[in-house]
Amino acid sequence: MNAAIDAHGLSKRYRAGWALRDCSLRVPSGRISGLVGPNGAGKTTLLRLAVGLLKPTAGEISVFGWSPTDQPNLVLARVGFVPQDRPLYRHFTVDDILQLGRHLNPRWDQALAVARLTRLAIPLNRKLAHLSGGQQAQVSLALALGKRPDLLLLDEPLSNLDPLARREFMSGLVEVVAAEGLTVILSSHVVAELERVCDHLVILNGGRVQVVGDIDELLHLHKLLIAPRVDPKSISGDATVIRATHTDRQSAMLVKVGSEPVRPDWEVHDVSLEDIVLAYLGNPAAATLPAPAVEKAG
Amino acid sequence: MVNFYLDARSGVPTYMQLVNQVRRAVRNGTVHAGDRLPTAREVVAALAINPNTVLKAYTQLESEGLVISRPGLGTFIAQGIPAPLAPVLQRQLRRGLDSWIRSAATAGLDRDGMLALINLAIDEQGAHVA
Repeated sequence: MNAAIDAHGLSKRYRAGWALRDCSLRVPSGRISGLVGPNGAGKTTLLRLAVGLLKPTAGEISVFGWSPTDQPNLVLARVGFVPQDRPLYRHFTVDDILQLGRHLNPRWDQALAVARLTRLAIPLNRKLAHLSGGQQAQVSLALALGKRPDLLLLDEPLSNLDPLARREFMSGLVEVVAAEGLTVILSSHVVAELERVCDHLVILNGGRVQVVGDIDELLHLHKLLIAPRVDPKSISGDATVIRATHTDRQSAMLVKVGSEPVRPDWEVHDVSLEDIVLAYLGNPAAATLPAPAVEKAG
Repeated sequence: MVNFYLDARSGVPTYMQLVNQVRRAVRNGTVHAGDRLPTAREVVAALAINPNTVLKAYTQLESEGLVISRPGLGTFIAQGIPAPLAPVLQRQLRRGLDSWIRSAATAGLDRDGMLALINLAIDEQGAHVA
């Protein structure tokens, strides 16, 4: 089966500079992938490239095997996109916006959208401007799901939501995934929220892809080593040190383990996904991918 | 019915927490052979976790022979699972443990110390403890 998203050497330059630089990544279908990175890392640019709102400056991106800009008719009907600011026509009622969805989308499922909103007790005759932030987020999600997408892209879906609304949003989302088996990519800079929901992770930093992979595998591959103070360069074997901190007696190193066993006199601890993400973000030179090709333009 | 919950700070992977809760429910006799486990969709909606996590837990339980999955019907507690401990036996073991904990506390051991000692003892019994 084609990957939901496949990008090779994908680059995007705005007037102000490069937003994405030589990014290669693959998100298999059926996954819930978390797209993390600091503000300005290129997350939104990547999502906009995936729906053809932007055209790559160099490289290519395909969605289920098709180019979003060259073959939009094969891509757009299958993709739901909820941008960061959840743009909704504030003076429309919920019912109005569902009507709009029905007229604009060939695969529209009115019953599904209405059932979701009814279950959440969101009144269909209320104006969007009069709904809470959490309810507006749910309307955006229902609108995107009513389209019956095979791929759902959510840009910072949890921003401005209180903890209860976040929980309700996530639980509604995973329930749809369990029932329909669609692929989801959601961006966030709050990693803790992604850990239980996502099974795939992409770390973007400064316009480059640092890590792409299965979360279970990443957790399995990364360990915290505690050792008597050592120079991280002297660490034996083929482990890669992502982050090292030292006191005068001890060194703590978050490493990506290699094929050789760790020295038996060192303590080995499991790490959380958040530990891994923070270690990579703090060390932009580290990547689980082969080093990017030599830069072509600048 | 098993009511799953998650302890975010335990450090135990989510799927393993689900596996352990089913094992415990079987051992305590709160579920019986033939009982249906919640569907993946029900667990996912209740806990807001990844659907594959639930499938992974159920696959693991199935490979242990604790549950069987009937396609289209659901996942059920298997026949022939070990019977829960008889209440008399359970009370008896518990009394022994209570008095051990009291002596350990008197000797100055804290919770971690006690658990470490118990784990060590179990490890050293090796062959006798599954």
